[in-house]
Amino acid sequence: MTGVKAAAAGFGNNPPSLLRTKAAMTSITEPLREQHKHCDDLFAAAEEAAQSAHWVECKAQFAEFRSELEAHFSGEETVLFPAFEQASGMSGGPTQVMRMEHTQMRGLVEQMAGAVDTHDAAEFCGAGETLLMLMQQHNMKEENILYPMCDQTLAVASGDVEERLKAVIEKK
Amino acid sequence: MQPTLSFEQAPPISVPFRFLLTAPLFGVAAGLLLLWLGPEALASRWAPGALALTHLITTGFMLQAMCGALLQLVPVAAGGNVWRPRLVAGLVHPALIVAALSLVAAFLSMRPPLFVSAAVLFAAALGFYLSVVGIAVLRTSAQGATVLALRIALLGLAATAVLGATLAVGFGLRLELPLIELANIHTVWGLGGWSMVLLTGISYLLVPMFQLTPAYPLRMAFAVPTALFAASALASLQLAGNLRWLGEVGAFLALAAAVGYAITSLWLQRRRRRKLTDSTFHLFRSAMIAILLTFASCVAFEFVPALGEHPRAPVWLGILVLFGVFTLAINGAVYKIVPFLNWLHLQRRGVTAGAAPNMKQMIAESAIRRQARLQLAAVGLLLAAVLVPELTRPAGALLAASFALLEANLIAGVKVYLRVSRAIQAA
Repeated sequence: MTGVKAAAAGFGNNPPSLLRTKAAMTSITEPLREQHKHCDDLFAAAEEAAQSAHWVECKAQFAEFRSELEAHFSGEETVLFPAFEQASGMSGGPTQVMRMEHTQMRGLVEQMAGAVDTHDAAEFCGAGETLLMLMQQHNMKEENILYPMCDQTLAVASGDVEERLKAVIEKK
Repeated sequence: MQPTLSFEQAPPISVPFRFLLTAPLFGVAAGLLLLWLGPEALASRWAPGALALTHLITTGFMLQAMCGALLQLVPVAAGGNVWRPRLVAGLVHPALIVAALSLVAAFLSMRPPLFVSAAVLFAAALGFYLSVVGIAVLRTSAQGATVLALRIALLGLAATAVLGATLAVGFGLRLELPLIELANIHTVWGLGGWSMVLLTGISYLLVPMFQLTPAYPLRMAFAVPTALFAASALASLQLAGNLRWLGEVGAFLALAAAVGYAITSLWLQRRRRRKLTDSTFHLFRSAMIAILLTFASCVAFEFVPALGEHPRAPVWLGILVLFGVFTLAINGAVYKIVPFLNWLHLQRRGVTAGAAPNMKQMIAESAIRRQARLQLAAVGLLLAAVLVPELTRPAGALLAASFALLEANLIAGVKVYLRVSRAIQAA
């Protein structure tokens, strides 16, 4: 039940620079951190366009955001998490929590997509606000806890994880 | 040791909510008190009405909101394991309500038994609360500026409570104590070492999250709570002898640290990547501006003695800090915390992400905006009432109305949560 309780926990950890564990080492996860910021920017642009009822622009920005977010989730779910689970032997813990939060975020992204189609700014911004809160606390947990754990665990036996991860998140 | 991801200790939703829903009622009471007493409530810092008003806001509105928020944040944001949160909330929440009401009644009636009972209740409730939450914050393996701020804040609350209880007993039993020095130190710890430190620690988490700002600079994030603690400790040294000037130096240093935090916050807000603004954004920015206004007022009072020596000068500062800084910042934060916790707990109960009402469907944005504007107007009118005493009653009415609207908005959010929860149970 770790996952459920952690997901219900709400506000995540300190922003990255304020609560970074000591395990910097080789950072396989650095591109994922960068992608968090990129997704934030795309989200903010789509939200601003929806608020100003610029639906053509909103649709384009949102599509890009959605594709980038999906690539990010995919990289984690198909490459990083399995590699970490295999190397650490932890399969029901933190990665499970993150997967469940991905599902929750996908549900909100769906709601936003419906709002783009119907040009419903209130629905788009309402689901967006919820997604933003969820996304930020999720990113903080990943950047402060899970990524350092992954970097530490996978630094020894990473194999081709780094390349495969990059290929998925860069949609190659 | 690394912190783990299994923040299993997130409390039931009723734990933070009982505190957060009680807090605005003390604000309503503060407004009604102003309406009842009129200009005499703001005549001087030591007027019984002013002391009652101050403690309705500090030990009522602020303490309820802060204790409730901490029970949520300590396990979730700092990985601290709070022992039996439901039991702690069940005991501490009612005890703090009775303690605060007893203290306010004591100031208004000047009856010694009420002072003593308030002191005993506060000592017991906060002693218990601080033991439990303090252990959680000390034992967490998480590190960082927020954890440091939480530790210092709890120490600050302990100091504030010990000094407050001493003052109440001393006053009630007419003991020979240096009451003015003790009251000054109590104020520095309460506003600086406890409240401002907690505000900074929580800002480090929430400001980047709400507005997509860069993180607070690391050195500043550690320096501000440390400086606030040092300033409060320095002010306490005045008890060692005839050193009242140390109290002034300590208060000034605490204010300088708060100014550093406020300027950084405003600078971060300007660099935010999310362009959309909302009431939480405006209330927080107003709170930061109130810190700068407090500093500017202190400088003016220092250089223009005719102003600084006026009995209403400390009242002006008190209103700026209590209503301008803390009520506005808390008011803004609860509008994010309550709907988001509602949404998360509905997920926990099995509602799918697509089916749960989103945050803006929990509390209507138009209702939030109306209340936020009313609160800002009330603070403005309250400041004006320091200069024009006839405005005290209208300010009180506006304040009561604004806090009542805040309560109504929070209840509306909880009603949505209950309605959807019941629908799931029925299905």
